[in-house]
Amino acid sequence: MNIIVCMKQVIDLEQIRIKPNTREPVTKGLPLLFGDFEKCALEEAVRIQEKHGGKVTALAVGSPKLKDTIKEALAIGADEAIILTDPMFNDSDAMGSARVIAKAIHKIGEYDLILLGDSSADEYSGEIPPRIAELLDLPQVGFARELEILEGNDQGTNTKTIRAVRDLEDALEVVELDLPAVVGVTSELNTPRLAPLSAILKAGRKPLNEWGPEDIGITADEVGANASVVEVLSNLAPVQDRKEIIYEDVEEGVAEVVKALLQEGVLTQ
Amino acid sequence: MNGIVVYSELEETALGLLTKGRELASELNKPLSVALLGEQAGDRAENTFGYGATQAFIADSPALTPFQASTYAAALKQIMTHAEADIILIGSTRRGRELAPRLAQKLSAGCVTDAISLSVEDNRLIVERRALGGNTVSAKVITSQQQVVAVMPKLYDAEPMTGGAGEVIPVSLELQGPTTKVLERRPKEVGIGNLEEADVLVCIGRGLNDKGDLSLIQPLVDSVGGMLGCTRPISHEYHWLTEDQMVGLSGKESSPNLYLAIGISGQIQHTVGVMNAKVIVAINNDKNAPIFKIADYGIVGDLYQVVPKLTEKLQSEFGQ
Ligand SMILES: Cc1cc2nc3c(=O)[nH]c(=O)nc-3n(C[C@H](O)[C@H](O)[C@H](O)COP(=O)(O)OP(=O)(O)OC[C@H]3O[C@@H](n4cnc5c(N)ncnc54)[C@H](O)[C@@H]3O)c2cc1C
Repeated sequence: MNIIVCMKQVIDLEQIRIKPNTREPVTKGLPLLFGDFEKCALEEAVRIQEKHGGKVTALAVGSPKLKDTIKEALAIGADEAIILTDPMFNDSDAMGSARVIAKAIHKIGEYDLILLGDSSADEYSGEIPPRIAELLDLPQVGFARELEILEGNDQGTNTKTIRAVRDLEDALEVVELDLPAVVGVTSELNTPRLAPLSAILKAGRKPLNEWGPEDIGITADEVGANASVVEVLSNLAPVQDRKEIIYEDVEEGVAEVVKALLQEGVLTQ
Repeated sequence: MNGIVVYSELEETALGLLTKGRELASELNKPLSVALLGEQAGDRAENTFGYGATQAFIADSPALTPFQASTYAAALKQIMTHAEADIILIGSTRRGRELAPRLAQKLSAGCVTDAISLSVEDNRLIVERRALGGNTVSAKVITSQQQVVAVMPKLYDAEPMTGGAGEVIPVSLELQGPTTKVLERRPKEVGIGNLEEADVLVCIGRGLNDKGDLSLIQPLVDSVGGMLGCTRPISHEYHWLTEDQMVGLSGKESSPNLYLAIGISGQIQHTVGVMNAKVIVAINNDKNAPIFKIADYGIVGDLYQVVPKLTEKLQSEFGQ
């Protein structure tokens, strides 16, 4: 089982500040992390590998900081990592990013399963899994919260299928499909392990490849700001005007809060 | 290409999108149509005319069962060609979120999922969605020839119009059968229902130690006639409450008069679901918890002390 796990580094969303006068987010210099969903994707890949053998490759597109961020993926258990940090990829829209990822996957060549977070923690758009599935002409499953790999034998040839539990609004749908496939996962899938210190130290010795546009055969008309077909007109925090009256004394707090709620008229007697 | 097509597997959502669609269609000066897929497509067509569709493209094929995103995307691409449409509005349900980007990629088009507002400016469709985990709202315009927009399923109410009429157009689709097998469908347990409509919403988070301690929370909820919701770990990891009680980016959104957060840190993916609450009250034992930054009133303290006192006080005020 060769598994490719696509991972996106996102800024620490907890640390975003909003400029009070303009409502603009301040994101410069914030630490970059992998989101919970992609960590679960990686954890699942490692668990599948422990059971079925094969190789786990972590693949990420993003800023040069990936050289550091990706070490976590190697420490958790990816055998190899491929990062794509060329400035040509900057400011891509989802289609541009999907093209880079799909071309990199194509270059890797041998794979049975592509795992990724169903949606990223920052955008939560969920566009990448269906788009790369389309570009690679593969079936997809989104919102997967349980996975099982079934290896079989059909008249002498090995068959590999995946059984996934898809999380719909009102039901869980158990589906089965032949591999290779693209599977987007949610954080219910597993509890990702923390990399032990020894693994963090060893991660630096695992292969970390950097691929540029020529390596994957992509040109500037397919990716980056110029190729983007989604224009962002504005990106501002909604106005929040909260009173922020905080009581550190419980007795006082309870009395004052109830009084305030009655005054605000949000509770009706 | 000049036309808007609406599609959702949920009838109510499709009718809501048509309701909004007729406003957009008249501002953008485009015809409005609906795509109906599956067995009873024809039976549903007539009703859509009363919501603004002037053409209903209906299609059925064995390849449409069970759902596979690639097949549905192929079907909608063919219908968009028939309709000569440049814009498609899809309900951003779980199904819609798998389908819309796949369709967009087939069309080499831009896509916006989970849209929370649609409007027209300078003859362009402006789409808003949340960004940065819910910290911000970004306004976007899709500049590709075709545009795929997946809209939050309950954003627009379905409102019939007077005197709508339209044409039913059967389309024969060329589709490859799905390769996905559906083995089983397990309905989810249903909780207390419509948190979206709560006047008072009380949510619990990981500050609660044990499922049994819900017995401490329920009297508080009852004292204010509220509904009980939770953060994602409570429903999806611990299963103390049902999943339809989860509030936030990937759960329910609600605009109650009062939102009361108990033992919740206030991470943006949760709080974005209650940003429009009129008044926010938080109880947390960590005075630096981010929830206090978005609260109108806060009490720093152990919920196991605060909640019984607050309940008692409210019960005495409300005479229960
Ligand atoms: C893509 C994505 C989507 C997500 N969508 C959602 C979503 O829709 N909804 C959602 O809720 N989450 C969502 N999450 C998860 C979210 O990021 C947080 O992990 C989650 O909301 C945290 O829940 P919590 O506040 O209950 O837990 P914690 O963050 O662990 O906070 C618990 C709080 O309880 C306080 N506390 C502990 N003991 C006590 C006590 N005795 N008395 C008082 N206070 C106490 C602590 O100080 C702490 O602040 C999503 C995450 C991702 C990556």
